[in-house]
Amino acid sequence: MAIDMAQFHQVFFEESFEGLDAMESGLLNLDMGDVNVDDINTIFRAAHSIKGGSGTFGFTAVSDFTHVMETLLDEMRDGRRKVTQPAVNVLLGSVDCLRDMLQAIQTDGEIDRTDVAEHKQALDNELNNLGAADFSEQPAVGSMANNVPLSGVEQEIIGWKIAFSPHLHLLKTGNEPVRMFRELATLGQLKTTVDLQGVPDFYDLDPEECHLSWKLELIGNASVAEIDEIFDWVEDDCDLAKLAIYGEGSSALAVSQQASPVPAVNSSIEPASFEFSKTTEPKLASVEKAGNKEEAKTAAKGSSSIRVDTSKIDTLINMVGELVITQSMLSLLGEHFELNKLDQLKNGLSQLERHTRELQESVMNIRMLPISFVFSRFPRLAHDISSKLGKKIELKLVGEHTEVDKTVVELLSDPLVHLVRNSLDHGIEMPDVRLAAGKPETGTVTLEAYHRGGNIVIEVSDDGKGLDKDKLRAKAIEKGLIDADAILTDKQTYELIFMPGFSTAEKLTDISGRGVGMDVVRRNIQALGGNIEILSELGKGSTISIHLPLTLAILDGQSIAVGDEIYILPLGSIIESLHVKEDRLNRVAGKGETFLLRGQYLPIVRMHEIFNVPSAKTTKLTEGLIVVVEGQGLRCGLFVDDLLGQQQVVIKSLEANYRRIEGISAATILGDGSVALILDIPGLVRLANQ
Amino acid sequence: MSELIEVNDTAPQEAKKQESSLQFLSFTLGQEEYGVDILRVQEIRSWEPVSRIPNVPAYEKGVVNLRGAIVPIIDLRERFQLGHSAYTPLTVVVVLQARMADKTRVMGVVVDSVSDVVDINKKSIQSAPNFGAKVSTEFINGLASVNDRMVMLLDVDKLLKLDGVDDEDES
Repeated sequence: MAIDMAQFHQVFFEESFEGLDAMESGLLNLDMGDVNVDDINTIFRAAHSIKGGSGTFGFTAVSDFTHVMETLLDEMRDGRRKVTQPAVNVLLGSVDCLRDMLQAIQTDGEIDRTDVAEHKQALDNELNNLGAADFSEQPAVGSMANNVPLSGVEQEIIGWKIAFSPHLHLLKTGNEPVRMFRELATLGQLKTTVDLQGVPDFYDLDPEECHLSWKLELIGNASVAEIDEIFDWVEDDCDLAKLAIYGEGSSALAVSQQASPVPAVNSSIEPASFEFSKTTEPKLASVEKAGNKEEAKTAAKGSSSIRVDTSKIDTLINMVGELVITQSMLSLLGEHFELNKLDQLKNGLSQLERHTRELQESVMNIRMLPISFVFSRFPRLAHDISSKLGKKIELKLVGEHTEVDKTVVELLSDPLVHLVRNSLDHGIEMPDVRLAAGKPETGTVTLEAYHRGGNIVIEVSDDGKGLDKDKLRAKAIEKGLIDADAILTDKQTYELIFMPGFSTAEKLTDISGRGVGMDVVRRNIQALGGNIEILSELGKGSTISIHLPLTLAILDGQSIAVGDEIYILPLGSIIESLHVKEDRLNRVAGKGETFLLRGQYLPIVRMHEIFNVPSAKTTKLTEGLIVVVEGQGLRCGLFVDDLLGQQQVVIKSLEANYRRIEGISAATILGDGSVALILDIPGLVRLANQ
Repeated sequence: MSELIEVNDTAPQEAKKQESSLQFLSFTLGQEEYGVDILRVQEIRSWEPVSRIPNVPAYEKGVVNLRGAIVPIIDLRERFQLGHSAYTPLTVVVVLQARMADKTRVMGVVVDSVSDVVDINKKSIQSAPNFGAKVSTEFINGLASVNDRMVMLLDVDKLLKLDGVDDEDES
């Protein structure tokens, strides 16, 4: 019976991506000084299962590649190889490359073969390095013997193709190609082809220059090291590429190259055109590749399945059981109902209500993921940035088990990456600057998540240089964003960095200062129904905190009436509701209305006016109600007819079939089946404060 | 041998006939008759009160709850500036599906009455004449004659786009 393997692909990909994450975090945790064997084992196991899985499913490119990684890891595990930072970096790069490969396969895209070849090359180099790096500790023979199988594929190497292209001055350094070839010939059967193309016209010929290049084919069981030994002296005076020839006559991959990184990469892709090309093409390719990578990442983002803890499912099943019992009890009651059983009915109904609510909660719970799904990418980011900029950074993660709705987790990741990158790049100073400022050399960036009320709070704080209020202000004036004599509170000054086109970075680096700005970050957070705040002290650091609702699907709402219409106000944004007296009301410039609340003048938004409700009961401010709401740190009073009641409402998108409406964030369905609109408080407050 | 050829001959002809004719749901607005591709019609409902949406054109009547989805209701009479007619329980709402990019959107259009499902030969569809700026024919795909009546065939996708839905995504 034929089994359709494709049905297991999704699981394989999920497991592989998890494995890659595990490898990444394992690699980042490796302590060079004191390597924990368990850590390496974890990394090795992940690589091993990816290799096994990809082999099973016929993704040979992946399994071949992983095999090389595995070989390297195996040696580290056995203690045959020291764990060095360069090796870890190469492995990290390979993890990225592997992730790209898997994503390409998953989305039926093209595997970037240049990229794969580059990383494979790097791995091979690392493997071959062993000899040189560890000769002192290892018996030479052992390491030599290791070299051959290290080339990545189990097939036996039966020989080498070598492209040897000396630089013009080779002969002047006293080296003689013929001698080297003779030496090579002792290792096996040697076939040489000379390329005369580079030889100039007779009259231009300088006999002391070497214009020839050779292609050599060496059949025999020579090791890389033996060949390298021969070319050792001319390493810097020639372009050299070696390509292993495998049994059955297939020459599949380049194993080692020195001196010139370019040709080997090319030749490994197309063994047939085993040529040197001194063009800059590979560089261009890598630039393009970077762009493609970004695209691939966005495409692969947002997997549609969730892994759920079985205990959560068990709770759900229990809950449904309870519900069924209540339902049968109620239907029994309904069959022979007498008035004296009214109390029983009421009890039953309240039980039903309780169970429904619990059921709803546990269903929502299934969508909850620990925020570590987002946090887990930051150690890598910190590692990359600190090594790139030469900063010393410690990243602390606190509360990464805090659970948030899946959609929130997914939408949160981009803004957070931006914030963390800002902290790492702009916030933390260089080690010498920190020492000079009397701070520890190593900067600390803390990512913290915790629940507060119905919200989740995520804080990104650093002990870096903090925001310079005067600079911010000067910059905003220079850009014409504020008037020169504008009076701003500290908070308002920090808020400036959220304005579009505002960048405090003195110079743009390739880490930040491009792509999304803080205005986009704020917009994304607001789109999630949250807000973002900045606290900062010059020289001591800054803290950016994000407040978000736990879920985007359900909201605690207060229904309000404006004429015949019912709107829902998010409960969290309501401060208080009150009747105003005439003497508290003021007009600004004859138009804008304000009222005085405990010494603060708040603008009034007349709901019936801005929403054009024709049926409003009253237009006199003293007769209706003022609901004081807060959004984005600003307050205003909404003038409504009446407050109706509080209830949890299920959020339904207006945009799915319709479009975005100013002042409205979404819709919901009320108990009677009609639709009520949910007000967009920040939007209304902005409107009022304009 | 000759029989075989005959059989082979008729089959493609029938298929061709099916291919070349399209089914449209026709409905009236005042004196005019319109048609929409029947494959885009999700259901036909009677008018029910809508929840008004603030600050939108008058022809966008509001939204209703269609089995959990929030669906906008558009008055086609008003959309085409044919005047307003009072709604009665007999007023018909045709729920249409429009495809935009890779998404499907649903909307309801208020029409006077639904008349028929008509087969229209593709070839007999004429392109809409150009009246210049006087009459907007943007959402009319073509004209067809059914029993000597002219039916204006609407482009559902464009109709929904004209309703002001941004096809640009927020992201």
